[in-house]
Amino acid sequence: MKKIEAIIRKTKFEEVKDALHDNGIEFFSFWDARGVGMARQSRVYRGVAYDTSAIERIYLSIVVRDINLDRTVDTIVSAAKTGQVGDGKIFVYDIDESVRIRTGERGDESLYIKD
Amino acid sequence: MEGIIISIDTMWVLIAAALVMFMQPGFALVESGFSRSKNTANILMKNLMDFSVGSLGFWLIGYTIMYGEDIGGFIGKASLFFNSDGIDGVPDKASLMFQTVFAATAATIVSGAVAERTKFSAYLFFSVAITVIIYPISGHWIWGGGWLSELGFHDFAGSTVVHSVGAWVGLVGAAMVGPRIGKYSKSGEPRAIPGSNLALGALGVFILWFGWFGFNSGSQLAAAGEDNALAISHIFITTNLAAAAGAVTAMIITWMKYKRPGLSITLNGALAGLVAITAGTDAVSPGGAVIIGIIGGTVLVFGVAFLDRVLKIDDPVGAISVHGLSGAAGTIMVGLFSTSDGLFYGGGATLLGVQALGVLAVAAWAMGTGFILFFILKKTIGIRVSRVVEEEGLDIYEHGESAFN
Repeated sequence: MKKIEAIIRKTKFEEVKDALHDNGIEFFSFWDARGVGMARQSRVYRGVAYDTSAIERIYLSIVVRDINLDRTVDTIVSAAKTGQVGDGKIFVYDIDESVRIRTGERGDESLYIKD
Repeated sequence: MEGIIISIDTMWVLIAAALVMFMQPGFALVESGFSRSKNTANILMKNLMDFSVGSLGFWLIGYTIMYGEDIGGFIGKASLFFNSDGIDGVPDKASLMFQTVFAATAATIVSGAVAERTKFSAYLFFSVAITVIIYPISGHWIWGGGWLSELGFHDFAGSTVVHSVGAWVGLVGAAMVGPRIGKYSKSGEPRAIPGSNLALGALGVFILWFGWFGFNSGSQLAAAGEDNALAISHIFITTNLAAAAGAVTAMIITWMKYKRPGLSITLNGALAGLVAITAGTDAVSPGGAVIIGIIGGTVLVFGVAFLDRVLKIDDPVGAISVHGLSGAAGTIMVGLFSTSDGLFYGGGATLLGVQALGVLAVAAWAMGTGFILFFILKKTIGIRVSRVVEEEGLDIYEHGESAFN
């Protein structure tokens, strides 16, 4: 099992979500994230210039079976890419254990619904 | 016939009074929008209370200090609990109502200049002082038959009488209470503290512009007959043109000076045009009104930068520049653009000199009394909230409730 964390543009969230659903990834968590980086938006308020260095992004967290890892990463990359600086990053971690609370299923089978 | 004239005039004065009263929410929205959301309940409370306390104080004694029988050109003969049933053009009570909303306008201007760090209790004391002492006395000099009116000082609807008085007291208050935490870096560079909601600010400016038609045209104090009908129509036009010219000017200057047309300053520009035209709204031509609006808008943009960077006085909403500097400029411009007595219309420099004298005299009066007032408050109950209150917001600590939940 792997955990995929991706930081993507807010504007690309809907595209990434739909692409993941199309590729069979139904479950994931996400939240609003703010960070700092190279990008600066200079603004002027009442004649005083200031930087808004806080950059707003969406943070996705997805746990998948090993067989789905490459497909998921590729899906995110293709859906979230604009080619401009600031498209974001993807991180992949090993997951030691997973438990579905409702059934007590563990490991891979806790990650998908058996028909 | 005379009864109908009185009826028409009274209707107009009372409608105009209601329009001017509606400037109070305009001020409340501008100030709320231009400051941070943690202080919104405090700002709304100040705006509600300066109108309420001011209405009571002005009825109690302020009105007669301003309009009572003249004593030495300096002050009116005060009497308590005004309840006259006399009629002088319009009923005395219509006059009281109309003048009350003007007094409250002067008081509420200070609220913005000292926003986001001033103790509410100190603000209440201040509201009483301005509406029963500071405003009525300088108002008496100009509108109540005092020494400036004897000299021929022309301030039709109150660029100086109302707006500058509020702004000069606000200037002293903002200087004495000090800048907001974080407004200046250690080296003294001004920092931007963006307002919470420019949509509210913009609505407030439109409401003020709307109310200003009552402020200026209502000051004719009559509507019946050809002369009055012409006058109030003329005043509508000059008022509107100056506001428009002030906004366009502020937009162009911010565009050139700061690369992009800035909304917050441009909104102030419309108000600066309105304040500037208020003194000469009846006396200048439509073209003169446009020029006065342009001057008001110009003074505003450079005034905001001057206060921010040179004097380092923190005025979150630009009240001092809008009402003080543009008001002073507009009042002096009457000496140039008055079609009857102005320098540019062959009237000589006499009026110009009187206008400048009046502006200086009222500024000295308002700043002097404002200094005494804030000094006493500082030494007694204190004028500034503690650091923790300011950082976490006046709403929670001063009022126990926040505007947004």
